Amino acid sequence: MLLEIEGLTAGYGDAVILEDLSVSIDEGKGLAVLGRNGVGKTTLIRAIMGHTRQFAGRMKWKGEDFSSVPAPDRVALGIGWVPQERDIFRSLTVEENLLVAQRPGRFNLDSAYELFPRLKERRRNLGDRLSGGEQQMLAIGRALMTNPVLVLFDEPFEGLAPVIVEQLEHAIKKLRSEFGFAFIIVEQHAQDALALSDHAIVLDRGKIVHSGTASELLADFDKTKSLIAV
Amino acid sequence: MSTSSATQGGFYSRIGIQGVTLVLFAGSIASYFLFPEHLALLTQLFVLMVFALSYDLLQGHGGIVSLGHAAFFGLGAYAAAILARTGYNDPLLGLVFAAIVSALVALVLTPIIVRGNDFTRLLVTLGVASLVYEAANRMRWLTGGADGLPDFEIAPLLGLYRFDFEGRTAFIYSFAVFALTYMFLWRVVTSPFGLALRGIRENARRMPAIGSPVRRHLAVAYTLSGGVAGIAGAVLAQTSRFASLDMLGFDRSAEIMMVATLGGSGHMVGVSVGAAAFGWLKDVLSTVSPKYWQLGLGIVLMLSVFVARGGIGSLLDRLRFRRSA
Repeated sequence: MLLEIEGLTAGYGDAVILEDLSVSIDEGKGLAVLGRNGVGKTTLIRAIMGHTRQFAGRMKWKGEDFSSVPAPDRVALGIGWVPQERDIFRSLTVEENLLVAQRPGRFNLDSAYELFPRLKERRRNLGDRLSGGEQQMLAIGRALMTNPVLVLFDEPFEGLAPVIVEQLEHAIKKLRSEFGFAFIIVEQHAQDALALSDHAIVLDRGKIVHSGTASELLADFDKTKSLIAV
Repeated sequence: MSTSSATQGGFYSRIGIQGVTLVLFAGSIASYFLFPEHLALLTQLFVLMVFALSYDLLQGHGGIVSLGHAAFFGLGAYAAAILARTGYNDPLLGLVFAAIVSALVALVLTPIIVRGNDFTRLLVTLGVASLVYEAANRMRWLTGGADGLPDFEIAPLLGLYRFDFEGRTAFIYSFAVFALTYMFLWRVVTSPFGLALRGIRENARRMPAIGSPVRRHLAVAYTLSGGVAGIAGAVLAQTSRFASLDMLGFDRSAEIMMVATLGGSGHMVGVSVGAAAFGWLKDVLSTVSPKYWQLGLGIVLMLSVFVARGGIGSLLDRLRFRRSA
């Protein structure tokens, strides 16, 4: 197993958001995390990155507990994060935004430009002169520059036009086949997320209320919708 | 390796010498022939430029404000002077020694600098600088106290060029130090480390998301900046053959903050030009009126806020865009 989470209870300050949550992901697999707003999806991602308070449970990376590894060093383990806010550095150019995250590995500047030619066209633009879709491409490209084994996508399609969403989905599929990384995707658009993933969990109030393969959730999507809307 | 916009292109663009920087370097060299009577002043301007670049690495790139940067400048000056008095008076050896001493002191201070916010940093740096000042004042046996350290000789540069009375060697020496410092710092700020510093300045909270250790980066920047400030101080001590308490003082710390603001923080050419302009203006004004020169300086600084918001650097950028448009 690449990542194993066992009985994770996490939150912020004294507030518990996730309770006794267990989930795991294998190398090269995709996991969709579904659920309404505020059920703890983003908290799960933040917990994996070390940005929450962990009250209980264990998180293992390739069999070793990494609960005490500081946040920046988790990137060195091989976990890449595409945050919901995108957090493009506005005072850096597109190219500098990519280079600032660079770690040695197969994925480099050329790979990023090959994946998103749009970014190459805009390479000298400052980060604040980008459309929402371009920002998301840049956020994804920047996370990949750290050469992760597991990528965490937090609402990557939020607020984007369908045609852009399609482009991003295509890019994620292409990346999987070429670079073979695993990913966790948190999405409101359940259908899009399921189409990309192998497994899925549905969260409600910080707990897993359903777990299954993505295809079975897609096949009976009406039931899936009712699960999410509980 | 990477193909960043800054590292692409020829050798000269790799060390930051292109466009307006080229003009700055050419102007610096030309000043030797244009103002042969003022080589001593020009030497001091180069010293101020190096000092300003060191402060800019800290504040303009790393976003670390400091009200005590002169501590490292002064430490460098005293280190070079004290070493020269022991008989090891080779100028380059003195430079290296000063850089090491200043950088080491900066390194020791990093734990209290990197945590905290801008406000606590202002207080801490101010406090540390006061401590260093007072220590230098008390340790008369080492520093000469309030009288400073006057009598020491500096060996010829590279064993060949004596520091002459007209200040020709001093000019060339200080210009060379400035040029090398500039090229070195250019490489630093355009490296992934330099980009990370700018990222930290903009949004430190998010840097761990891309695996960037904020505190370690800030510590490196602070140490490096301290070392370069020490080099500037050493050049001043060596070329003036004097080290004194005012090189450590609060006035000098405040001055370098003004210089960075006037030059346009984060803009290396702007900061260099700003330092030269500031030093020159100070000299002119104090000649015009030894009593009221600070008034003139204050007026110019206040005007600069209206005329050149973002400093000389942003003026230069606007000029360049207009030309290319």
